[in-house]
Amino acid sequence: MKVENSFSKILYIDLSKMKFSVEERYDLFSKYLGGTGVATQLLKENCKEGADPLSEDNALILAVSPFAGVFPLASKTVAMFKSPLTGDLGESHAGGRSAVAIRSTGYGAIVITGKSSSPVYISIHNGKVRFRNAYTLWGMRSCFQAGAIIRERESGSGIRAIMRIGKSGENGVAYSAVTTETYRHFGRLGMGAVMGSKNLKALVVSGKNSIPLADKKLYREVYNEIYDAAVKSDVMKKYHDIGTSGNVLSLQKIGALPTRNLQEGKFENAKEIDGVHIAEHYLGRRVACAHCPVGCIHIANIREPHPNEPYFYKTAQVSYDYELLFALGSMLGIGDEKGMLKLIDEVEAYCLDAMSTGVVLAWATEMFEKGLINKDHLNGIELKWGDAETYEKAVEYIVEQPNDFYKALAKGVAHASKIYGGEDFALAFGKNEMPGYHTGPGCHIGYAIGTRHSHLCNAGYSLDQKMIVDGTKETPQSIVDSLMKEEKWRQILSSLNLCFFARGIYTMDVIKRGLKSVGFDLTEEEINSIGEQVYAEKYSFKFREGFSFADQKWPKRIFETKSPSIEFDSKFMDEALAYAEKKIRELL
Amino acid sequence: MRLKVIDSQRCVGCQSCMFACSRRFGQAGLANTCMNVVSAGGMSKGFKVIVCRACKEPPCAKACPVDALLVNPKGGVKLKSELCVGCKNCIDACILGAIQWNEETAKPLACIQCGFCIKYCPHHVLELVEH
Repeated sequence: MKVENSFSKILYIDLSKMKFSVEERYDLFSKYLGGTGVATQLLKENCKEGADPLSEDNALILAVSPFAGVFPLASKTVAMFKSPLTGDLGESHAGGRSAVAIRSTGYGAIVITGKSSSPVYISIHNGKVRFRNAYTLWGMRSCFQAGAIIRERESGSGIRAIMRIGKSGENGVAYSAVTTETYRHFGRLGMGAVMGSKNLKALVVSGKNSIPLADKKLYREVYNEIYDAAVKSDVMKKYHDIGTSGNVLSLQKIGALPTRNLQEGKFENAKEIDGVHIAEHYLGRRVACAHCPVGCIHIANIREPHPNEPYFYKTAQVSYDYELLFALGSMLGIGDEKGMLKLIDEVEAYCLDAMSTGVVLAWATEMFEKGLINKDHLNGIELKWGDAETYEKAVEYIVEQPNDFYKALAKGVAHASKIYGGEDFALAFGKNEMPGYHTGPGCHIGYAIGTRHSHLCNAGYSLDQKMIVDGTKETPQSIVDSLMKEEKWRQILSSLNLCFFARGIYTMDVIKRGLKSVGFDLTEEEINSIGEQVYAEKYSFKFREGFSFADQKWPKRIFETKSPSIEFDSKFMDEALAYAEKKIRELL
Repeated sequence: MRLKVIDSQRCVGCQSCMFACSRRFGQAGLANTCMNVVSAGGMSKGFKVIVCRACKEPPCAKACPVDALLVNPKGGVKLKSELCVGCKNCIDACILGAIQWNEETAKPLACIQCGFCIKYCPHHVLELVEH
């Protein structure tokens, strides 16, 4: 087999017709590498202009690349769709075994369009596609159970990915996620709801195709360099020891830990919910994505006694990262780590995005506290900072949507605050709920102009940190310039399915030689130019679907609660937006 | 020497060993891997690391109707590919599931106890020991 044939076949699945076809699209891979680059084009081609995100006109793309199954840490499948949360570009990355499985089953990308008339799941083993009835899985409370049932029925143990939605996706929650391999997620922008709207419960993929190489000697050389950097150097240490969850105390120290809906930047119980404390008392296991020796997935064991029977316990295994500890911890004022872990488990069972759920609930709590909504809105419960048990109930109501208020919450905090007020403290950027960093203007501008809303790391946080440490003063323009430069580079990383944790390993030189070993002889200029084109293409999709810089509003709260970096106001931020728009339009 | 799983509880499921095994054939991916790392009933339960134990009287070789699996007197087998008819009897015979299958060649894959995988295990799950 030719090297390019091993990654350039695209599987098209039409759920309305229950048909599939395969097409060779080397044209896309030769121009955009794979992952984000190829997915953007496939989304443009297959999502109808102006499509309702929860209709058959939306398309769901999963794309891998010439690096998947080839190099370590090239583990992140890129998903693209029109987002039901923001109404424009939805991009989400997830690891687990998905990227290796899709590549090894023989495809470079999978395009899913249409809508099934009844619940189905799709299985793809060694390239062969089957539609399976998923009627009996629909409405199941926990997506862990649905995964376990599919696991029993399908082949490919050890090499398969089981990407499934939970009840939140079935019920159209605009920030419902897709879970793969129990602990990894296509999170944030509502991919779960997109699958749910297509009556697609899950996608199972496995395969063991051989993957040819263009230059074996160079391949071995580059492979060992990457592998050694991942396991022997300190580059990855912060991700595998305590993991990102150690950020709780780092951010607490500088006063950038969003607490109680960002009314404060410090949390009195930060120590209890920090990664060190959780690792010492609850960490039960660490696991890894396929082909990643780092193993950054941290799993806590929580043991709970049965309420009525003595000596009868159940133990749950809950994965945690910084973002969950912020969103379902400090943001909700929950300092009791066990309660927080139980809440995380609940959110995971429903397959909701943890960040959006936490931010939505934080806003609702403040609304209730201020008397802007009452118990009737909340379906009889009283939200209170720190009350993890009541938050568990609220999570259930977001999924079940028993009244108009919860229906609004299920569409995101930007939507809900438009109806019920409280927009000044509705912490969303471009309709997407904030991640856990209040470090300064850099991170907030990054949330607003980033093209990967699913991802939090947009380099804004490190720009803020630099200002804190060095005392330098960035301008709105210099912040935008830095963010755009980094963002263009990160299009290359995600077009090659690289985990952003590995960005310190995958330098331009490593990528260039790696590409050569799989048949892409590109110069640095050519690689950079692909990054810029992909960046521009993503914005062109956003504009096509109605994104407008004029609609971007800053929640006042980010100016009211002091951040550790430089002072900034709405004028500073608006200037940044205007400059970003000008620079982006120049690229189109 | 034979491959031994020291402690499967230390395995994080990264499958670097499987990729290393397959890489010996000058390809990427997992097509030629002679081992398997599978979850022990979902990721939450950890992993099973399935490798050939280099039996002295290997059931896989006994089950082969054409004697394509040559038995090493010290233990373990070596596949004589040109003899193999692809009947999969060896796969059924090994209750560990240690014989893998190459879909493309339609032939089994048996570990030769070379230990290359060990170099790529970041958590010291595997080692080579005397028979």
